[in-house]
Amino acid sequence: MPLYAVLTGLILGGVIMAIAKYNPFAAYAALFSGAFGSPTAIGNTLAGAVPLILAGLGIAVAFRTGLFNIGAEGQYWVGAMAAVWVGYHFPTMPWIVHVPLALGAAMLAGGIWGGVIPGLAKAFVGAHEVITTMMMSYIAILIAHFMVENGPMMAPGYVPQSPTVAASATLPPILPAVFLNSNLSDGFFIAVAAIVVVHIVLFHTTLGYKLRAVGFNARAARYAGMNVPLYTVLALGVSGVLAGLAGGVQLLGVDFQLTDTFQSGYGYTAIVVALLARNNPIGIFFASVFFAALSAGSQIMQINAGVSANMTDVITGIIIFFVATDRLYGYWSQKMRPHRPSSTAAIISGKGESPQ
Amino acid sequence: MNFWLQIFANPELYAATLAMATPIALAAVGGTFSERTGVVNIAMEGIMLVGAFFGVMVAAATHSAWLGMFGGVIAGGLMALALAWPAIRLQSDQVVVGMALNVFAGGLTAFLLNTVYGYNGTPTSTPSLPIVTLPWISNIPFIGQVIGQHDVVVYLMFLFVILGHFTLFHTNLGLRMRAVGEHPEAAETVGISVVKIRYLGVMIGGMLSGLAGVYLSLGMLSSFDVNMTNGRGFIALAAMIFGKWTPFGAFGAALLFGFATALSISLQGSGVSANLIGILPYALTIIALTGLIGRSRPPAADGLPYVATK
Repeated sequence: MPLYAVLTGLILGGVIMAIAKYNPFAAYAALFSGAFGSPTAIGNTLAGAVPLILAGLGIAVAFRTGLFNIGAEGQYWVGAMAAVWVGYHFPTMPWIVHVPLALGAAMLAGGIWGGVIPGLAKAFVGAHEVITTMMMSYIAILIAHFMVENGPMMAPGYVPQSPTVAASATLPPILPAVFLNSNLSDGFFIAVAAIVVVHIVLFHTTLGYKLRAVGFNARAARYAGMNVPLYTVLALGVSGVLAGLAGGVQLLGVDFQLTDTFQSGYGYTAIVVALLARNNPIGIFFASVFFAALSAGSQIMQINAGVSANMTDVITGIIIFFVATDRLYGYWSQKMRPHRPSSTAAIISGKGESPQ
Repeated sequence: MNFWLQIFANPELYAATLAMATPIALAAVGGTFSERTGVVNIAMEGIMLVGAFFGVMVAAATHSAWLGMFGGVIAGGLMALALAWPAIRLQSDQVVVGMALNVFAGGLTAFLLNTVYGYNGTPTSTPSLPIVTLPWISNIPFIGQVIGQHDVVVYLMFLFVILGHFTLFHTNLGLRMRAVGEHPEAAETVGISVVKIRYLGVMIGGMLSGLAGVYLSLGMLSSFDVNMTNGRGFIALAAMIFGKWTPFGAFGAALLFGFATALSISLQGSGVSANLIGILPYALTIIALTGLIGRSRPPAADGLPYVATK
């Protein structure tokens, strides 16, 4: 079903381009070459997939537990803030200690921001996590801007930016001789490792079983003696940890300093990634590469085919719309049959497909 | 001390508060209508953007700001239809559809701006909505300076807040809307069409959000800029919750949030961070939701798809 959503998005995007008197085939060809046309392009596409994979995994864990973490963007910023602080604060530290320390700080910050506060609010007073994570996300981004514009993280001078992290806190590039000047760093291996870990935890441990049980039917899980508030906090916490890690990896692998224009939007795209992948960790890899390719290729599409790069947002919007409305495909043919429960609700709670 | 007195005694601050609160209040009252009938609407941001763009597009083409306003409101209503149909007919997840509309609207308006108008932006000849000066009131000292002279949409906003309250709480239709949002099965049993009422609620919401967008593009300015709503749709969402899903509450919250924005503008260059003041709306919303200053509770059937039982 997600493939249909992707195809529908690409086709309708093409129709819109054709109406605007562009050649959609030329546009998609430019987009493809911008994303995969050279080793550098491939490196940048994979690099763009890294934060999407990490944040997308986090959102998927929350979805599997029946929770919608819409604030991954803020958790990503908080993670980046923590990582940059550790990164520039200790100029002399061995690499083997410095990088894990900075990434650990990023994960902790993201976990507290996304998990502990909205998780406790959800578990104990029933505040809906969609609203609390969204609001926390805006607060995080404003704090980050404050930090580098006129706050304690501003580097000396007048430019709104933080100091650059020490060399000992950077993630080295992968095969710089092959992926010339691309942003691909060791963060890619961290993302792949995270896929494996999340997959094992979700489907091969008691913890994962319990998280999914809560997501499948919280009331039944409670009657079965599971501590639902605990798993709510835990799921949102893990979700925040992964989004925070995404911010940390992006900062230590690509940007090295925090600025107002720090690559953002990954936290929102990651929601689309999780939806499209139906919360399957391996599917998240491919969905992330797809959206990273859209983003990387959009610039070349603008330059070579003259189509505004924002066209990819139009396509993304259409894809999410059709993922959410996948009942549409059976709407006309099954109009006579009795209704079945919302399939998007099923995707969100992980009921949509059998785990392995 | 003198510094703060100077800022707080300036009527400009309160006039700006009203101007800043207007788009938030309009969208928040609209969202209240949508959610009171049971459809979660996080798409206010995207609907505002579409309203803002098509408002300018129609105004520039027809050389009439009034027709532009009309166009923006209709565009907002059509966008809302794209939320209403899947939410009501397909039992889709309303939050996900709302998110799709926000991404789509951001991309579409930016794409159209580039494609239709190129890099120079919308035409400088675009008319803007008239500024109204209230007779008598504008001559009263201080109060006249605060409420006496504003863009016409500001006064429309007052009208819609009052009309919204009256409709929701003092008419048969409002009672039906609230019944559908609280207990659709019971409403259906007494002969109310859940589907029709929900369509109506979402459409009212979309048109008011569209008007909020028109105010940004044709009221405050006479042009459209990429992502010019700048998160106001989400602040409206916060205002709706903070206002406990009532029009007067939403208006009060919008005033508070508008005040925060106006204050941060008047504090520019004074060393007080606008970013930190900007946190206020979001922090207050979390506080409201966690019950520290009176619990804010959504309509019982908010966000739940309704499946008619034959």
